[in-house]
Amino acid sequence: MRHLLRTPSGVIGLALVAVTLVIAAVGPAIWGQEAETVNAAAALQGSSAEHPLGTDHLGRDILARVLAGGQFTVALAFLATAIGAGLGTLLGVLPAVLPRRAGRLVTGAVNALVAFPALLLAMFTAVISGLGAKGAVLGIGIAFAPSIARLTQTLSASVASADYVAAARLLRVPRWRIATRHVLPNIGEPIILNLTAALGSSLVAMSGMSFLGLGVQPPSYDWGRLLFDGFSRIYVDPMVAIGPAIAIVAAGIGFNLLGEALARSVARAPVGGKQAVGKGAAMPSSGEEPVEGAVLSVKDLTVTFPDGVTPVRGLSLTIMPGEIVGLVGESGSGKSMTANAVGGLVAYPGVVTAGHMSLCGEELSTLSEAKRRKLLGTSMAMVFQDPMASLNPALKVGGQLAEVSLVHQGAKRPAAWARAIDRLRQVHIPDPEKRARQHPHEFSGGMRQRAVIAMGLMGTPRLLIADEPTTALDVTVQRQILKLLREVSAEAGAGALFISHDIAVVSELCDRVVVMYAGRVVEELPVADLVDGASHPYTKALLASLPDMETDRDKPLASIPGHQPSPADVGEGCAFASRCALATDRCVERPPLTRYDAAHAVACWHAETRKAEVAIG
Amino acid sequence: MFAVRRLIRFLVSLAVLVVASFAMIHLIPGDPIRAALGMNAPPELVAQRRADLGLDDPIPTQLLAYIKQLLSGEFGTSFISREPVGQIIVDRLPNTLALAALATVFALLVAVPLGMWAGIRTENGRNRGTEIGFTSTTGAAVAVPEFLYSIGLVVVFAVTLGWFPPAGRDGVISYVLPILSLAIGPIAMVARVARVETLRELSTDYIRLARAKRLPASRLYFRHLLPNTLTATLTIGGLLLTGLIAGSLLVEYVFAWPGLGMRMVESITMKDYPVAQAIILVYGGIVLVVNLVVDLLLAKLDPKSTIKEA
Ligand code: SF4
Repeated sequence: MRHLLRTPSGVIGLALVAVTLVIAAVGPAIWGQEAETVNAAAALQGSSAEHPLGTDHLGRDILARVLAGGQFTVALAFLATAIGAGLGTLLGVLPAVLPRRAGRLVTGAVNALVAFPALLLAMFTAVISGLGAKGAVLGIGIAFAPSIARLTQTLSASVASADYVAAARLLRVPRWRIATRHVLPNIGEPIILNLTAALGSSLVAMSGMSFLGLGVQPPSYDWGRLLFDGFSRIYVDPMVAIGPAIAIVAAGIGFNLLGEALARSVARAPVGGKQAVGKGAAMPSSGEEPVEGAVLSVKDLTVTFPDGVTPVRGLSLTIMPGEIVGLVGESGSGKSMTANAVGGLVAYPGVVTAGHMSLCGEELSTLSEAKRRKLLGTSMAMVFQDPMASLNPALKVGGQLAEVSLVHQGAKRPAAWARAIDRLRQVHIPDPEKRARQHPHEFSGGMRQRAVIAMGLMGTPRLLIADEPTTALDVTVQRQILKLLREVSAEAGAGALFISHDIAVVSELCDRVVVMYAGRVVEELPVADLVDGASHPYTKALLASLPDMETDRDKPLASIPGHQPSPADVGEGCAFASRCALATDRCVERPPLTRYDAAHAVACWHAETRKAEVAIG
Repeated sequence: MFAVRRLIRFLVSLAVLVVASFAMIHLIPGDPIRAALGMNAPPELVAQRRADLGLDDPIPTQLLAYIKQLLSGEFGTSFISREPVGQIIVDRLPNTLALAALATVFALLVAVPLGMWAGIRTENGRNRGTEIGFTSTTGAAVAVPEFLYSIGLVVVFAVTLGWFPPAGRDGVISYVLPILSLAIGPIAMVARVARVETLRELSTDYIRLARAKRLPASRLYFRHLLPNTLTATLTIGGLLLTGLIAGSLLVEYVFAWPGLGMRMVESITMKDYPVAQAIILVYGGIVLVVNLVVDLLLAKLDPKSTIKEA
């Protein structure tokens, strides 16, 4: 109920439905008398103070008739909905409990009927049963049954596959009993929610039938019939038609909005889904000079969200030309958000700040929008985890590549296309001319990832950002893609930021490793020193969790006990303390990232001693 | 393969429809001819009409005769006007189809950009105001039936302002109000679907990648986003067209539009069974054909659905 009242549409819907129901309940008792009072002298009057909606051909007050007719209107809608719900639920539950073949037949019939307009079905029954409320109600009820049946089917199919139904089947509980005891109670709520909207539709459909003269017949009257009577006078006295029309509209809208609000309050998942990308806020520029000659130089990069979640906290990173830097961490460590921030793809409402952030020596925050667009579009290439999802399924692969040249390099179509084919060849896609004209679904997973990499090569990439590019691929393809990445970055002399949760893959591909934990860099060192020189307890734990040649393959992987704190609740001290065997009292204070030599930096109070141990030992 | 299976389903549905329309007259309780001609009709006339329709033959013979008739394009003769029903359909169907087709095109042209705009504006929950305004307006708009839009439009634009003719089919201008009445609801519905689709597509990796490529907004939205939102939108468009056909019944009635729907309402009111039977059959047939075409088009147009098939 509280959810309902949170949105204006819920409030409006509830209010309209309440008014409609109240009028339906008390209408005939209060206005019934007046609605039937014939006054020949006042026949066919327009709107006046005495008769706001005018009078009909017998001089009866139309406002009173609208108010008194609400009960019949609503009752007919309820009746039609009840018929539809009863029939629909029956049809819907049947396939779940019938033998397979018969069930499929019912499903097929329902699917065929769902696409059939309700009004047409209602007309069909109107022909058979003759004019009158009975035929119309029956027709509308029957017409609504298929869509309710479909809903029930979908719902009960999911319930029927649930464990408790399987268990009941094993226990040889009769089918009808499964349906009534297990299936129906579990789908009742969503169906009732949907019936609210169905009530509105029935009311409107029934009014439509009466309006056509095919529904309620005199001397009975509902809103549709009043509209039918008023319609012939619409050119002279519009009010006589507008009154009943407004009543129908208000009730129809009310039931619909209420139904929607009810459905929303039950399923509160916001549409649009998971994290998406948008423009991050501009970053203020201050802080030290960027590193000379680096393709990427970032200082104190921070990404915050308004709810206080800070997935990246003061991260600094430098990538030199031709260097492949691996960014390692568990999921939730902020590594992908770092990639997004560097690529300028942080989702609204995230805010990116940095001391400086420069690509190929150009400070991104001070560039004009157009220049920044061009620089990022041609000098930076990104490769994401899922090659299935990275290519636009609706466009030809070649076209998706070529547009980079079209847009950023002002190339003509044939030249851009030729370049696209050339790049596809460069990433070892066989028969690139033919492949360029194909859609992504005609490519295998590995080939798609190659095509995405080729897309990055359309410009003159100085920086390649690859976010878990091989995770979704199988092992052999993984190796080929890694090889390709190395090749590409060597050929183009581009720096690469390679993001992975897998320290083994990183050590195979990269020159330097940056380890992230809870939004911060905890260690940074050359790959060559990884095995002997790693000194942060977290890096060591990651390494220890790797299976190596000597490890007994049957032994489960050593994993690090405990959990990484989520970006929302990273505390004051060392974020790793709760999982760290070396933690001491000192670790309640956060250790700074300390540089031991040009290539090695660690953020741990006790790393120094360990480094000394290593040196001695 | 899909096309063949779909075609078979179409033929089965068509057969069911034909049988249903045949059965319609037989399901009418009592003597339909007596009901149609009135209690005081001379018995000879009733008997003759019964014979005309072959109502005295055994049912299977009648069904066979009915199917033969349909195959040769014969739909019988009106009880009231004695016109051949086939001629009525040929005269009136184009007017109905023109209305429905124009309204569909108009609705899609307005709704898709509108939904995309709303989706882009409300991505990741920004512009809450736009979102609430959009969902409640469209939610309300969907709930109002076509015939009430047409009454409202007639009152405002034809009766009060006198800009458009209130009824009849007379020149381009007479199409405006009927098309608007038919299109408003579908616009709201399609715009909602388009918005949800847009939001979903915006969060996909290929849009992320397209953004990483720094494409200009127009290219990003029209070349990358639009085609992918069209699948669901087209599916709805198909349902819409069938819904429009039903809606056009009422709108034709309001505007006294010389279409099939107007004639059907008249024939049901006047118990002109051959006409009602034939028109219901035609409407049903149109619905089946539209659904078939939409399904086939989707299978052909959309590589995504091919993936699902595979
Ligand atoms: S600072 Fe303390 S808790 Fe953190 S990693 Fe080092 S030893 Fe462990």
